Amino acid sequence: MAEFFSGFLLPLIIMVLKILAITVPLLVAVAFMTYAERKIMGAMQLRQGPSLVGPFGLLQPFADGLKLFAKEQILPEGANRVVFYIAPMITFFLALVAWAVIPFDYGVVLSNINVGVLYLFAISSLGVYGIVMAGWASNSRYAFLGALRSAAQMVSYEVSMGLIIISVLLCVGSLNLTAIVHAQEKVWFAIPLFPMFIMFFISALAETNRSPFDLPEGESELVAGFMVEYSSAPFALFFLGEYANMILMSAMTSILFLGGWLSPLPFAPFTWVPGIVWFALKIAACLFTFVWVRATMPRYRYDQLMRLGWKVFLPFSLFWVVLTAGVLVTFGWLPK
Amino acid sequence: MILQGIAFYVFAALLVASGVMVISSRNPVHSVLYLILAFFQAAGLCLLMGAEFIAMILIIVYVGAVAVLFLFVVMMLDINFRELRQGALEVLPLGGLIGLILLAELAAVVGGWIVAPGVEKLAAAPTPAITSVTNTQALGQLMYTQYVYLFQACGIVLLIAMIGAIVLTLRHREGVRKQNIGDQLARRRDEVVAIRKVSSGEGV
Repeated sequence: MAEFFSGFLLPLIIMVLKILAITVPLLVAVAFMTYAERKIMGAMQLRQGPSLVGPFGLLQPFADGLKLFAKEQILPEGANRVVFYIAPMITFFLALVAWAVIPFDYGVVLSNINVGVLYLFAISSLGVYGIVMAGWASNSRYAFLGALRSAAQMVSYEVSMGLIIISVLLCVGSLNLTAIVHAQEKVWFAIPLFPMFIMFFISALAETNRSPFDLPEGESELVAGFMVEYSSAPFALFFLGEYANMILMSAMTSILFLGGWLSPLPFAPFTWVPGIVWFALKIAACLFTFVWVRATMPRYRYDQLMRLGWKVFLPFSLFWVVLTAGVLVTFGWLPK
Repeated sequence: MILQGIAFYVFAALLVASGVMVISSRNPVHSVLYLILAFFQAAGLCLLMGAEFIAMILIIVYVGAVAVLFLFVVMMLDINFRELRQGALEVLPLGGLIGLILLAELAAVVGGWIVAPGVEKLAAAPTPAITSVTNTQALGQLMYTQYVYLFQACGIVLLIAMIGAIVLTLRHREGVRKQNIGDQLARRRDEVVAIRKVSSGEGV
């Protein structure tokens, strides 16, 4: 019995605690992300934003959450019940599992796997299923159109995203996320690979269905797109999933291009700050840009979106992969 | 070890079960969803064997891209399932016969399979041990050195398939107006806007 406890049960309990230590702060971050978004957009549009619930409106996200979960759940007529309820669960689940491989500081990672980047890429490419299944199962034209748009959009931007990741991997020589951060000790990849950094961020906007690429939701023509039939808790799951995905994409941008947990300058006053704080600050900066773009840009037209993905991003990122490889080989900088 | 054994049987059983559901479920969308489940179980089996790279690529390529397109097409089909089932019953004898022949052929091939003695020594470039290099490095070292021509040949086959698909579906239509972004950006203000003073009551 003691052997069973120390050999199996104890590691299990520790693992569950570690998972909780990642997901609970993540969910709190999601809640305050919605608050921050409304406050920032309010400031940009000369409004106040939420200001009544709690001091400075800080309790607004919790009031919203409570309201959402207290609402009536509606199953549309002719909807496919099982798929209808599985879809938001998949979205939420995928937004959470990706965090298993994110390194928060040196050695602070739940699972330090060799193919970390591929795992993240795989998880983010699965995100489309939640949306497509929701659109199909709702048995509604608006939802279905939103799902079709989203499927096409997410698949096309993944291709250029893959090529961008390859150009980073060429400079690292490993698929491990910790190794990627270590390779940036001299210079962050955002500087030598600057165009890729910008394109990765734009692809991240498209991948998370954020403005200006929020055509799957497109409230001016599709009401609310794929989630038009959802209410109450399933809607809340979509909402949480979308924001968790935004934070995940920001974390990916920080790890691939902004040096993860590394301090911006490698000497005293900066290195005193713990790495996890730097990492959080970088994520927050990316998230601010997400909101900033939303408050600034008009929505893309559908054909322009496709043109940007296939005719601009794909050729340019392919060219950049060849260029990076060429430079690395010519100057003998290939990582060993 | 016990945990891995349990995981193997769970993955394998779910793989077979979802494979059966792919061909037996009534709704084609459900079939594709079961197919995706089957891909996941296969990726899990690859992970158990230590083939982490293959597992991730399986999910990225098949689940993340190919199955999305399947789902995309199948969702838009409008099929009368009852008619489909009646059709299936009529061709059942012929289908069963073909299945039996295939099964017999497979049995003959697998039954007569012998691994030549000493074949391991004949391998041109043996894979290094999994402890010395990672999966990805091992694959890269083989594919881009020893088997680079075969790898390139695969690429050419895929390229030809892609060109074929484009040639088969491309059609030129007359009278279609397309937006040419280059033309639009090349326009200058004085080419398209003219400012005229119009005194009242005279018109342009």
